[in-house]
Amino acid sequence: MSEAQEKEITETGGKIAFVDYLILDDPPYLQAQECTSCGARYFDRRNACASCFKDQFRSVAIDQEGVVTSFSIVQMGPIPYVSAVVDCAGTSVKCTIMNVEPSPEYVTLGMQVKLMTYSMGEDSEGTEAIAFGFEPI
Amino acid sequence: MGSDTIWIIGSNMTRFGKHPDKDVVDLAAEASRVALKDAGISLSEVGVLGVGNLMNAGAGIGQQLQKQIGQTGIPVFNVSNACATGATALRVAIMAVKAGETDVGMAVGVEKLAGAGLLGQRGPKPESETWQPSGRFGALSSTEGRIGTSIMPGVFAQVGMEYGHKYGGTSFELFAKISEKNHSHSTLNPLAAYQKRFTLEEIMNDVMIAYPNTRPMCSGNCDGAAAMIVVNDEKLKSLPLEVQKRAVKISASVLTSDPYVDGCQILPDVNTLTRNAASQAYEQAGIGPEDLDLVELHDCFATAELVHYDNLMLCEEGGAVDFFESGAPWRDGAKPVNVSGGLQSKGHPIAATGIANIHEIVMHLRGEAGDRQIEGARVGLAHVIGLGSACGVHILEKVA
Repeated sequence: MSEAQEKEITETGGKIAFVDYLILDDPPYLQAQECTSCGARYFDRRNACASCFKDQFRSVAIDQEGVVTSFSIVQMGPIPYVSAVVDCAGTSVKCTIMNVEPSPEYVTLGMQVKLMTYSMGEDSEGTEAIAFGFEPI
Repeated sequence: MGSDTIWIIGSNMTRFGKHPDKDVVDLAAEASRVALKDAGISLSEVGVLGVGNLMNAGAGIGQQLQKQIGQTGIPVFNVSNACATGATALRVAIMAVKAGETDVGMAVGVEKLAGAGLLGQRGPKPESETWQPSGRFGALSSTEGRIGTSIMPGVFAQVGMEYGHKYGGTSFELFAKISEKNHSHSTLNPLAAYQKRFTLEEIMNDVMIAYPNTRPMCSGNCDGAAAMIVVNDEKLKSLPLEVQKRAVKISASVLTSDPYVDGCQILPDVNTLTRNAASQAYEQAGIGPEDLDLVELHDCFATAELVHYDNLMLCEEGGAVDFFESGAPWRDGAKPVNVSGGLQSKGHPIAATGIANIHEIVMHLRGEAGDRQIEGARVGLAHVIGLGSACGVHILEKVA
């Protein structure tokens, strides 16, 4: 575990984010790495920018609300779920849509959604993992 | 000296489907030997071998094939490039001949997938006592389902839905109708894994895999191989007239990867690299989409076929829905698409696909496509895309 993540757990009372780019602040938010040269945004650990090849990035907070620009209702497992792309003020975010009936009657293109978080449970040391999704507004 | 024009003189694909009695090398050997026979040349004349296989990418299938059909000591390039693996193997052969390294190249694509289930699905990570971040996102466990999906049916469903969001006009029924077309076409293809016609209702009421793609709207995993022999001008002229008459000209051969565009690392962008490949191919061939008599495009899912009408510029930008609804891509329409039955019914033995789609065009241009022959076909385009991404576009012409 990295120093940053150790610190995160201490400061948030035994909570750990499901992914590095979910920041467990109040309120929680998603954080992208933005290329300081061309503005391209990424959510993963970077070696360089895929757009302009430079290697300097700054952390930016992503808007909490957005619009569903694409989705699929994945029905291959025991529990159907809604996979979607959400446009958060110009930044695309990949997510699962939560708190909605996984049916085309309820999930629509252009639907307004907002960020939400939920508990994934605790590990053997009592650390609670927090995941994110988006839910209809 | 490099040769400007490359010709296909031999081409073959095995029947696609289940081959429980044959292994990967058996299938590759069958396609290769029939392709050589079709070309009327000996393996001893082949100077380079490109072999594509995805599921055993580290196994040296090319050399294993040589052990069975002939070890001539020529350079072998074993390639893997997702669903574009076959087209990549062919590119290798074409590039070597074009560069003047040899006069004759052979490309083979082979896969055994029957019963492989849905691809792209990763098993759960071993349970750990404590949360352990790992990977480039520092994820505590598999992101599949937690953060959307990376499984193919869901990804390509979203590709089609994204098109609908951008341009409007899409619906579950529209995508199902695309599948209805391809399954209808497959009834004329004796090499297709599935040769069954489905009604629209049957397609829509089948098991939903990833909305809006039901089971018959997904490509079928199966076994199969395809092989092709290519030569330069000089070699062609030295061959018997009968071989020259059946030769098909490769007017364009292009392979692209996905260039950076906003959001492309969120939902894979299968559009830009296809459009780029098509543009380059049309320029290389000196012909436009209006000149095409038939198109084999990568309909790994019904939702994917729609966007590639647009990406290959078979219609105006944003006009794919109208293009389909005009009836154009049916085999009796203005621009027949996937008269082989496409991946949804012909099947999709991954590494064979990128050569098999070119084989289909070859058959029509030679006038040897039997019951499904598109009469008078002289120009055809074959397209393949592998997620990750790689896109191959080949334009073929009947010259003789």
